[in-house]
Amino acid sequence: MSEKVISIKGVSFQYPEQETFALREVSFDVYKGEWLAVVGHNGSGKSTLAKMLNGLHYPSQGTVSIGGYKLTEEHVWSIRGKLGMVFQNPDNQFVGTTVQDDVAFGLENNGVEHGVMQERVFASLEKVGMTAFLNQEPHHLSGGQKQRVAIAGVIALRPDIILLDEATSMLDPLGREEVMNTVRELNEKEGLTVISITHDLEEAAKADRVIVLNEGRLYIEGTPADIFQLDRELVQLGLGVPFAVQMSQLLADAGLKLSQRHFNEEELVNELWTLNFEK
Amino acid sequence: MMEKLIIGRYLPADSVVHGMDPRAKLLFIFIFVLIIFLANNPVTYTLLGAFTLFAVFLSKVKLRFLVNGLKPVLILILFTFLLHVFFTKEGDMIARIGFLTIYEGGVIKGVFISLRFFLLIFVTSLLTLTTPPISVTDGIESLFGPLRKIKVPVHELALMMSISLRFIPTLLDETDKIMKAQMARGADFSSGSIPDRVKAVIPLLIPLFVSAFKRAEELAVAMEARGYKGSEGRTKYRLLHWSLRDTMAMLLLGALSAALFMLRS
Repeated sequence: MSEKVISIKGVSFQYPEQETFALREVSFDVYKGEWLAVVGHNGSGKSTLAKMLNGLHYPSQGTVSIGGYKLTEEHVWSIRGKLGMVFQNPDNQFVGTTVQDDVAFGLENNGVEHGVMQERVFASLEKVGMTAFLNQEPHHLSGGQKQRVAIAGVIALRPDIILLDEATSMLDPLGREEVMNTVRELNEKEGLTVISITHDLEEAAKADRVIVLNEGRLYIEGTPADIFQLDRELVQLGLGVPFAVQMSQLLADAGLKLSQRHFNEEELVNELWTLNFEK
Repeated sequence: MMEKLIIGRYLPADSVVHGMDPRAKLLFIFIFVLIIFLANNPVTYTLLGAFTLFAVFLSKVKLRFLVNGLKPVLILILFTFLLHVFFTKEGDMIARIGFLTIYEGGVIKGVFISLRFFLLIFVTSLLTLTTPPISVTDGIESLFGPLRKIKVPVHELALMMSISLRFIPTLLDETDKIMKAQMARGADFSSGSIPDRVKAVIPLLIPLFVSAFKRAEELAVAMEARGYKGSEGRTKYRLLHWSLRDTMAMLLLGALSAALFMLRS
């Protein structure tokens, strides 16, 4: 595979005043341009991992290196320039009073010159399709729109990696799709590396690679197809298997010959209604 | 809920006043509030009134909005007017109602004081009606900039102001939501004695505070993740432009002050 952008080796982490480890000897790499989903139920350590990747926590043991920098207090600001983060609650990460102010916030922090700043604000909003909302105030935007603005704020800083920490979990299905399409486009067109941390397997199904965390340990790593093979094991881990996957499993069990196990409903429906055409 | 608030109600429009530098507007109002106290006779008050109306005309703000701004203080104005009418004993006596006597000087003084109130409110509402709150914040940050030398955290204060402005609608929405949730469980906010009503507010305030603190914490993390390190090495997205019209406005104000000095008795 291509170049490594993140390398995590034997990382453990313990919150102060807590007996158990939130992360235990986790090791994996992230490659340039890929879309990696990290899944796990609540308390599996995935949020801790997200915070660590942004330098909000430092590993108790092991090393994390991002974009060639080792994660230490000395390099934390360089790392934050390489890895941008979108958080869960759309409202609690909107700093500016209007859309353009919010996108500019990160640029202001980094001392970007005014002319360059304006260009980048417009360019980033263009990429997420929010140019029409330049002067809009946050309370007039939907959740999905706010998250797209947050993404624009991240890409304005030109990071190599974008980290979505449950970024779609507070959105309605429409907003979720809106945000995922935006991220997909950035991943394909701009070659942005995407790490999406989620408990939604439907979202994970869209990734190139999936990592499952359980009780702070790396449980399994593989393509979405590999992961969904686990089926009942996933349920035991507290993860809901997407409806389309369950449905194709049941249909296959009932003797229907499907070409593959489908991850989304549209694919499944398409196969179902074209099933008898060739014969 | 937001619609009822007059404070910070900005009316977008394209006018000379809207286009002014917020610093110029703030300075202008500060000086204007001071020189209002120079006026002490009909000529000076007429001059001030005409000047204010001219500013209103330039701003293209409908008089209706300014009059709306007056409503909350109308009682105060009326009260001071009556106080002056009944208790100032100057000039000729014009009427006697029971034990109250009204003097000419009292009426004149009452009218003048009320006019002063009107002018103050008109001009200050003109600021909030023609300037977006964020620009007012920028203007204040810039005007107080020199105080940084004596270690006043000007940037931090301005950021606090702009974040508060940004969160007002969010928290209002939240209050509304909590209120409905509590009402759905039988809370009663609109009847009962005053102590009862005060007590009824507690189940509203506590969840609101808890959530505001949670928001603040998440916002702080998000700000840090986006590279916020305080004012050092920071650039600004919004730039302020002092243009010719701002200088003109200040000159005009200077001329007005001079005129008031000469015409006052």
